Amino acid sequence: MDLLALFDIAVLDGTVRLAVPLLLACLAGLFSERAGVFDIGLEGKMLISAFFAAAVSFETGNVWIGLFAGIASSVVLSLLHGLASITFRGNQLISGVAINFFASGITVIAAQAWFGQGGRTPSLSGDARFDPIVFPGALTKIREIMKADWGMKVYSELLSGHTIIAYAAIFIVPLVWWVLYRTRFGLRLRAVGENPGAVDTAGISVQRMRYSAVIICGVLTGIAGAYLSTGIQAGFVREMTAGRGYIALAALIFAKWRPWYALGATLLFGYLQALAIRPDILERAIGIKVQTQVLDALPYVLTVIVLAGFVGKAIPPRAGGEAYVKER
Amino acid sequence: MQKIPNWADVVLVPLISLLLAAIISAIVLLIIGQNPIEALGILITGALGTSTNLSYTLYYTTNFIFTGLAVAVAYHARLFNIGAEGQAYIGGLGAALACLYVPWPHWTIALIGAGATAAIFGAAWAAIPAYLQAKRGSHIVITTIMFNYISYPLLNYLLNGPIKAEGMEAATPSFASNTHLPNLSEVLGFFGIEFARTGPANVALIVALIACVGVWALIWRTKLGYETRAYGESEPAAKYAGINPTKIIMVAMLISGGLAGMMAINNVMGEAERLVLNAVEGAGFIGIAVALMGRNHPFGILLAALLFGALYQGGAELSAEMRIPREMVTVIQALVILFTGALDNMVRMPIEKIFLMIRNNKEAN
Repeated sequence: MDLLALFDIAVLDGTVRLAVPLLLACLAGLFSERAGVFDIGLEGKMLISAFFAAAVSFETGNVWIGLFAGIASSVVLSLLHGLASITFRGNQLISGVAINFFASGITVIAAQAWFGQGGRTPSLSGDARFDPIVFPGALTKIREIMKADWGMKVYSELLSGHTIIAYAAIFIVPLVWWVLYRTRFGLRLRAVGENPGAVDTAGISVQRMRYSAVIICGVLTGIAGAYLSTGIQAGFVREMTAGRGYIALAALIFAKWRPWYALGATLLFGYLQALAIRPDILERAIGIKVQTQVLDALPYVLTVIVLAGFVGKAIPPRAGGEAYVKER
Repeated sequence: MQKIPNWADVVLVPLISLLLAAIISAIVLLIIGQNPIEALGILITGALGTSTNLSYTLYYTTNFIFTGLAVAVAYHARLFNIGAEGQAYIGGLGAALACLYVPWPHWTIALIGAGATAAIFGAAWAAIPAYLQAKRGSHIVITTIMFNYISYPLLNYLLNGPIKAEGMEAATPSFASNTHLPNLSEVLGFFGIEFARTGPANVALIVALIACVGVWALIWRTKLGYETRAYGESEPAAKYAGINPTKIIMVAMLISGGLAGMMAINNVMGEAERLVLNAVEGAGFIGIAVALMGRNHPFGILLAALLFGALYQGGAELSAEMRIPREMVTVIQALVILFTGALDNMVRMPIEKIFLMIRNNKEAN
């Protein structure tokens, strides 16, 4: 038994790396669902953005143009979701399902037609991906880090060496909190998700509020997807989101639709993912061999337990999932 | 008064949705530099050209009938079951356990015994989300998604550990020959019809057709079906009429999960004759498209399952002959779900306007 091994720097470093896309997607869903538009299409939007970010980065050699392209593709799917669920008052869940399948298929077809490498983009290098930012004085060689003392390990591996998106993500949480709870826009956005009739009576367009929320959702999932293909990995491969959109959705419920809780939930789920990659560390820590599949299933099991109301009650926005019909 | 006649609702609206999906698919093909007409030709011959191809088409159709019915039964109670994928996977586990550990004397008894086990396993996997929806108000869509993602690591563990066959592959041992189901050629041969011996279609197709009739009778000819539809139309009205919501949610989801689980008769018992990783191959999700397209009616589901079976099999030929990735089928599936499900109003509104115009003209004359 060596419980301290659970706080292995490599695992914590992996936690940060893996939590970033979850956090961005989770906050994306938070905007959409707080405005009353359920979105199970986070997965698809991340996936399409991952593809376009990688493809355009490769073509232009500039990751920032790639990021922009990724966001744009994700926002297009968001607008489709808005068209179906806000304008035509269709079933929001079905629309989300359609978007996930669409992204899953079209990314492979486009990648195959564009690059002919079996549904993937060529590997990105240099300016075509987000490089880690190394803090001054931080060690970069693994061998040097292994020998360094604990403080230096934390500084070099955990704090230093992430991409700019990861550092930016830290500031997004307070920003989202501020927008939701301290601005007029945020108040209206939350109101639209709870009682759209009241918002309409106040002379504010419910549709416009919901479209803004859905677009913000598209931008954030776009960044999350681009981070996957140009930050964590160097290029797009088919189905590279691997259920992260659904884990983010789980985290959103786990966080009870609140920004700071979302940070906690995504860090927890990111930690479980990081631990699943290193079963040896877990075995060292608790002394018994744990199947990695248990760790794979744990985020979903935890979410079901929270949904069941055994740990507080997760109450979704009241008008979530329903289209608003203006009274005449 | 109905806005549009019944035939338009049942035939015209789905056909226009399908047409829209086809047009967009054709545009996608044009963009990637392929000829859509040539692709359609290969798709049709690939799906129906030889009786072996037809056998594959019918094999996929059988899968989609089971999952389509599963989604539809839940939908009649206004429950959106996205978990048919996981339920079919767990149903496969049930069928595999029954086939591996019970010495069945004959395939007919194995079909009933292992089929029932598969249905019970699928129903059990749907039972927890159903209970949480009925008793604790947890949204069934989210819980069934979660249960899909719990089923993958569970089967991943079992197929790599306790029930793994010897060798490299993550799969169970092959089932004993007493559990092997007759091929469709043997069934048709009994009636004197020649059919390919090589394809995977098997007697499960007949079970699927019986299931269609069974679901039709259940939904439109029994008290339970009436209560389910009443609950689906309006929960307060159903409650007022003395219908117990908990019972409806539980029963509808158990039947739904059971039908999804019964898909294992086809893919696990009928075709693979063992359980492999990712045995369901997305059929649970295609069931959503099939149910939407078939307007949740067993006859519509049968037609939609045939269509998707042909698409799935023809799509495989497309990827072999024209270098169009198989994912084209996923895109078509997405477009069908989009137009028949989410953008239904977009398709319906213009049709309603046209019918209103015709009616007004008639009245004016």
